Amino acid sequence: MNRQSPPAEPAAGTGLPEPFAGWFAARGWRPRPHQIELLARVSAGASALLIAPTGAGKTLAGFLPSLVDLATRPKRRPGMPARGVHTLYISPLKALAVDIERNLARPVADMALPVAIETRTGDTPTHKRQRQKHAPPDILLTTPEQLALLIAAPDAGRFFADLKFVVLDELHSLVTSKRGHLLALGLARLRRLRPELRALGLSATVAEPDALRRWLVGQNPPGAMADIVTVAGGARPHITILETEDRVPWSGHSARYAVPAVYEAIRAHRTTLLFVNTRSQAELLFGALWRVNDDNLPIALHHGSLDVAQRRRVEKAMETNSLRAVVATSTLDLGIDWGDVDLVVHVGAPKGASRLAQRIGRSNHRMDEPSRAILVPANRFEVMECRAALEANYLGAQDTPPLVDGALDVLAQHVLGSACAAPFAADALYEEVRSAAPYAGLERATFDRVVDFVATGGYALKTYERYARIRRARDGRWRIAHPRVAQQYRLNVGTIVEAPMLNVRYVRAGRGVAGRGGPVLGKVEESFLEALAPGDTFLFAGKVLRLEGIRENEAFVSNAAGSDALVPAYAGGKFPLSTYLADQVRGMLADPARWTALPDQVAEWLAIQAQKSVVPARGDLLVETFPRGDRHYMVAYPFEGRLAHQTLGMLLTRRLERAGARPLGFVASDYAIAVWGLRDIGRMARTGALGLDRLFDEDMLGDDLEAWLADSWLLKRTFRACALISGLIEKRHPGQEKTGRQVTVSADLIYDVLRTHEPDHILLQATRADAATGLLDVRRLGEMLSRIRGRIVHKHLDRISPLAVPIMLEIGREPVPGDAGEALLGEAADSLIEEAMGREGAQ
Amino acid sequence: MSAERIAARRITIAGERALCDHRGALVFPEIGLLAVSDLHLEKGSSFARRRSFLPPYDTAATLDRLAAVIAAHDPAIVVSLGDSFHDGGGAARMPAVYRERLLALMAGRDWYWIAGNHDPEAPADLPGRTAAELAIGSLLFRHEPQRGAAAGEIAGHLHPGARIVRRGRSVRRACFACDGQRLIMPAFGALTGTLNVLDRAYAGLFSRDSLTAYMLGADRVYPIAGSLLAPA
Repeated sequence: MNRQSPPAEPAAGTGLPEPFAGWFAARGWRPRPHQIELLARVSAGASALLIAPTGAGKTLAGFLPSLVDLATRPKRRPGMPARGVHTLYISPLKALAVDIERNLARPVADMALPVAIETRTGDTPTHKRQRQKHAPPDILLTTPEQLALLIAAPDAGRFFADLKFVVLDELHSLVTSKRGHLLALGLARLRRLRPELRALGLSATVAEPDALRRWLVGQNPPGAMADIVTVAGGARPHITILETEDRVPWSGHSARYAVPAVYEAIRAHRTTLLFVNTRSQAELLFGALWRVNDDNLPIALHHGSLDVAQRRRVEKAMETNSLRAVVATSTLDLGIDWGDVDLVVHVGAPKGASRLAQRIGRSNHRMDEPSRAILVPANRFEVMECRAALEANYLGAQDTPPLVDGALDVLAQHVLGSACAAPFAADALYEEVRSAAPYAGLERATFDRVVDFVATGGYALKTYERYARIRRARDGRWRIAHPRVAQQYRLNVGTIVEAPMLNVRYVRAGRGVAGRGGPVLGKVEESFLEALAPGDTFLFAGKVLRLEGIRENEAFVSNAAGSDALVPAYAGGKFPLSTYLADQVRGMLADPARWTALPDQVAEWLAIQAQKSVVPARGDLLVETFPRGDRHYMVAYPFEGRLAHQTLGMLLTRRLERAGARPLGFVASDYAIAVWGLRDIGRMARTGALGLDRLFDEDMLGDDLEAWLADSWLLKRTFRACALISGLIEKRHPGQEKTGRQVTVSADLIYDVLRTHEPDHILLQATRADAATGLLDVRRLGEMLSRIRGRIVHKHLDRISPLAVPIMLEIGREPVPGDAGEALLGEAADSLIEEAMGREGAQ
Repeated sequence: MSAERIAARRITIAGERALCDHRGALVFPEIGLLAVSDLHLEKGSSFARRRSFLPPYDTAATLDRLAAVIAAHDPAIVVSLGDSFHDGGGAARMPAVYRERLLALMAGRDWYWIAGNHDPEAPADLPGRTAAELAIGSLLFRHEPQRGAAAGEIAGHLHPGARIVRRGRSVRRACFACDGQRLIMPAFGALTGTLNVLDRAYAGLFSRDSLTAYMLGADRVYPIAGSLLAPA
């Protein structure tokens, strides 16, 4: 709001009514064309999507139509009933809602508009929420979860009776998740309550704006779209790839080689924002920077696992420009104002061109000045990826993920919420649900099964009828069976399923878990701590910590400064390489003319690859085989991202096993996959004992996938999320259970029982659909297999090729994936015998 | 020993020879006795009463497994060591088809229902003898393990599980917990979770140096010394 560009001309004749025209003029500002255009379209009754880069005055544009409408509204005279909410603003972040409240307050106060603005989030105290129910503000700033709660209340119709506008901020980030599905269903309800409702979506640049335009309006007729107003990109960002004399490593993600150069860049700028892709990278970089921080520059750390108070302190310090640098993960991705950042450094490859553009937008947060950014590739493949991303950003390429069909577990939650609000008729609710774009293709039979699931669990065995949560009354409408059902619903609303987390609490070294301990440093995934034993060290909150022990939901740690941290592979938060960028990297690899844009050592690496093996054409899949030590290796380069490669690895090893190649393991990166075994896979391929075309045939996504999935922990984890969102199991609340383990275990047990006895259950169906686009990335794997059909280039070598070095260096770094539990138990039992610990056991 | 793939592992408890079956049953071949603990039958329908719709197939799954161990060991005596039903109404609620299956398993055997905290009363309309405790030779079967109990106590109730950490990976399984003198049985029911044997709830029952966790594998039992176990 306070970041309007200085005017070139006076503000006269802007097409704005008073007092707005005067307000702009008094500031020497002039409204931007997109602000006027959006106002005109929305005032004419349309819903609209505004696509604009960061710093374009998006927020003010989004609120202008409702502020203008509110300013011209007749005054409420004493005795008239209180008016309901006029404008609803929904953002993905609580912090963003608070930020907007502050930013809107100024123009509203300046113009003395009779407008009350309030936030309503999970942090809003109960008394304020209750007061808001009978004396609502004109503009309510809230989150998707709060909207779900508001529409599930019996008084929803009255509460929203005066609603005219809904403003959806950061729409591009909301729509790709289950939160977006929940929000789409909420919006469909609002449209039913208020058919004249106008929706305004505010979005960064996306690959397919039409998908968002459909999302904003009811899909009756199918394919209906909101208007669109697009703001062309601002000044072209100034991006460079870090040039260094130091050797770029073959593999790894730490970018340690670049730390001195990054430090120099921080020294040369006012405030630097350093983005990394994972929490452990953030911790590593932060530690490395402080080791070379001879000037004692104020450098801070910010990631989602740190204690909230700690994060707020960093954010405050950013606002007051008292920091020189912040190392951050995706927690800072979204559009909050962060003081005067004049440089963004991206360590590690950005993994997607759109993500890079978003992050770079954080520097010089105003549209007319160029952003400055430096990319720091952590290894040689990342050099190519950074190069490709850089070219993509210059071209304005976009690779936001495509929208997926609405999830059934979210629908189940919404169906229950609908019954909590008022009895519903299945026909009417079905039509309403289908008006939401993500559910436009929902079949009636599926909808009915979801309703059945909500009522009694949806089992083929009808044993739970008498305990139903919702029942069909004589008038044919569904209503909740007991007020307690509504209570249950309110406690479990939302789609954010967090991995079970443990508090990390300080104690004095050697105290173990006795005593009360010191301050909490933050939270860490339980699954991460599982792999540690007491005495192990790890990096967290910028410190080397030693695990002293775990008690209930707390991990007790002590300071282990001076010792080496065991930095574990942290899987969460890694973005897979985007399809678009992968294609760019393949294109760059295939075209030697473009290698000149790469650093010499990388270009040389590719040239030697061309001599020793072959450099694959853009559409080909190169498969290399070679012996090394007493193993035989097969390395393939699909460039489809780690998730799809992991799935491919599981399926390939199954097939190789069947073909008698005796595979022993595999490792996957964003770029390549290596499988090793006891038999000569290359020779088998050449003699025809093993057809590579057969090996990589798309039919692996059939039975092999099913068989593997059945026992995969990935599917169990996905199932747990579906079970929580759909309400099959309840979320934990503070004090109810000691740790998340009980839920994890029982979700796994439920999964096993369900899979054995009712494999077609609607929740298993939802789980498989999630896994296909989520952790397994089956969709992308399928597209790849179809792309490379008949285009496999096999190269049998007598030794490792240059291109294979990075993936080969990953071997042994990550534990062999898969469900190796039995093997580990066997080992542990064997070592028991070695230690002659078996007393009565060994016979 | 390590290479020997036997489904059941031989142990001795207070001098009595026994087999730990990898499915979670304890067998005394010389007595012809098979013990299972914490079946928690009708747990699904118990949750359903509170409108939490767990799959209604847990009873079927548990009975399948029970039928398998009974067929494998053909015991003359079966001891169900308490919490046989998830709640007092479980036996009455059990669908007729499952009741028939259970009756068929019981036919021709001495069947003891030991009282548990979930099911202190005898299961409704089912044959078999009901007892708070059962003593056979030097063995004493009861639901809840007692601190300071004599050697030979066979109990359940705690749902013991154990965890090992190796090569950066963690494996958790249900287990028999035994120190050579006393034993706590794993929960047998399909929807039963576990409680780590190093949890405070086990304090005073075993000392960690003398404890072995017999962890249940897919086709065998893995004996792991207490010193190698990881806490929860």
